[in-house]
Amino acid sequence: MNNIISGLRARLAPVADRVGTALEPVGRVLGMKSVKYPLRTVGVLLIYALPILHLPLINTENSDFSGVLFTVGTYVLVALGLNIVIGYAGLLDLGYVGFYAVGAYTVGVVTSEHGQWPFFLALPLALVVTMASGVLLGAPTLRVRGDYLAIVTMGFGEIIRIVARNTDWLGGAGGINSIPSPPDIGPEEGLFQIPHLSWQYGYPTIDDRVTKVLHFGVLDATPYFWMILTTIILVICADMLIKNSRVGRAWEATREDEDVAELMGVPTFKFKLLAFAMGACIGGLAGAMYATRVGFINPPSFPLMLSLLFVAAVVIGGAGNRWGAILGAVIVAYLPERFREFADWRLLVFGIALIVIVSFRTQGLFPGRQKKRVAQAEKEVQKLEEGAEIV
Amino acid sequence: MSESEDILLELEAVTIKFGGVVALDDVSMTIKKGEILGLIGPNGAGKTTCFNVITGVYAATSGTISLDGKSLAKRKRYQITKLGIARTFQNIRLFPSMSALDNVLVGADVHSKVGLLRALFRTPYFRRVEPENKRRAVELLELVGVGAQPDEISVNLSYGDQRRLEIARALATNPKLICLDEPAAGFNPAEKLRLMDLIRQIRDLGFTVLVVEHDMKLVMGVCDRIVVLEFGRKIAEGTPSEIQKNPAVIAAYLGTEEADDDAA
Ligand SMILES: Nc1ncnc2c1ncn2[C@@H]1O[C@H](COP(=O)(O)OP(=O)(O)O)[C@@H](O)[C@H]1O
Ligand SMILES: [Mg+2]
Repeated sequence: MNNIISGLRARLAPVADRVGTALEPVGRVLGMKSVKYPLRTVGVLLIYALPILHLPLINTENSDFSGVLFTVGTYVLVALGLNIVIGYAGLLDLGYVGFYAVGAYTVGVVTSEHGQWPFFLALPLALVVTMASGVLLGAPTLRVRGDYLAIVTMGFGEIIRIVARNTDWLGGAGGINSIPSPPDIGPEEGLFQIPHLSWQYGYPTIDDRVTKVLHFGVLDATPYFWMILTTIILVICADMLIKNSRVGRAWEATREDEDVAELMGVPTFKFKLLAFAMGACIGGLAGAMYATRVGFINPPSFPLMLSLLFVAAVVIGGAGNRWGAILGAVIVAYLPERFREFADWRLLVFGIALIVIVSFRTQGLFPGRQKKRVAQAEKEVQKLEEGAEIV
Repeated sequence: MSESEDILLELEAVTIKFGGVVALDDVSMTIKKGEILGLIGPNGAGKTTCFNVITGVYAATSGTISLDGKSLAKRKRYQITKLGIARTFQNIRLFPSMSALDNVLVGADVHSKVGLLRALFRTPYFRRVEPENKRRAVELLELVGVGAQPDEISVNLSYGDQRRLEIARALATNPKLICLDEPAAGFNPAEKLRLMDLIRQIRDLGFTVLVVEHDMKLVMGVCDRIVVLEFGRKIAEGTPSEIQKNPAVIAAYLGTEEADDDAA
């Protein structure tokens, strides 16, 4: 497997270099320094274009492709948030769906059940409310460690769901209906319109389907996907800025050895709470977007199973590496949609995949370089120790 | 300078009990600014426990500890570090999957006010403090002799480098007092000599040093004063030559060694 990947990489590298060199002037005009940036820009543009390109093989034939992409987007956002909690700070949170639900319910309450707020006003409120719920849950529980924290957080996820079911103000068991789409920006027919492609015998033709830019209808999920993709990019930027600072180091130190971190001057509780609040906030963001997209939420939309799928996404990809978490989320959310025929097998397949990964690639599919080296070093030490025993 | 101004750390009648075990029994001692104080005693005498109570890992059952006249009671561990006490560990406890540089940076971060917002917006404060800390961390890595591999994760460093990296991490907190718990454990004679130089160098940079060590040549060679513990009690205190002549020490400490030799 590794050989195939490195072989592919070796073959693709010259191509990528050539593309990069060709694009360098573009990058220079945009004020970008290295070849990497134009390449990245092209990559990002390609992802933006996915829902209108309908590329063969990637496209989901049986379900609306834009809708699938949006769902994948929510998982990616959730995985990014959970990666901060599990991957960076080392806090196993098994009730992450609770924050997702709080975000969704906040939007539901103020835009439909008890108010007519526009979505873009409800969104910041959802952020504040989920962050507050993260602090409220974290403040009493982050003093317990490891397995206990996992159990307490799992309880939190369940409590949120049960409270929602038993509170009429939150719509009770029936949930909240007719949550509005975000308000359209620009004129009725959209700022401008982009036609979709369709593919026949490997050739693209321009379709009669069009997407109205910044026009959030029920039928076309593409603008929602663009909204969540933009959010994901912003979150990744924030993640990079924070990780590469005192905050990121404090998280890592706490994860590696909490007692020593404290003795080296890290107020570990404060930083764990910060990780929790940030994670909650990003989970809530995903929940809020989910609510405005589907227009209807009820307690069963937020089962414990979803929490476990979120954790699976982070762990499969390799906790602690944001790109790994993203890959994990794509695997967990996209594959079952692409291979609908096997959707019933989804849990079984993930169960097996998790077991395989945990047994054979303990650091996830896509571990950070550092973790790989730790694993390698540990193996070498083990060998040395085994050798010593024989002597 | 009056005598009280001279004193950096003061332990007054400190006692710690773990259930029935009295790990420290009514121990009083002072560390003066700028000195290298050795803390010796047989295994289980309470040396590490002494470090633990100074750095706030354990609360004293009775007695007081003060740094620069400020009581350390009821202070959290990270606050004590910020106040000016840093330490290394008898068993190496680095942050294993963090790079050597990041390990030191965690120490240097003690006095930094960078939080979420400063990191997110890369404020002028951030752009001043983070590179400055990084520069200092690199200097410290070079001081202790791990400068060649700043980006190597700490578990991959050699055993000696890991021990020295712990010293750099502690120094990065810019402490008034640095406590070294058996820094020469597992070192060969050449490494021990280099460590002695390093300890003197650290003192010359203005730090006060408290060192626990079993190697008598090192302790006698580098310390200004020595405190001897046995079964949690302080049995002697003085200059290296005084300690070497002290009958109680010879009986308790060196005597056990003879007894060990006899047994062997
Ligand atoms: N957390 C603890 N719980 C119980 N006993 C302890 C604890 N820490 C130290 N002790 C006991 O205190 C005594 C002194 O230990 P220590 O300070 O580690 O000795 P050393 O001088 O070798 O560093 C030992 O008898 C040890 O068993
Ligand atoms: Mg000890």
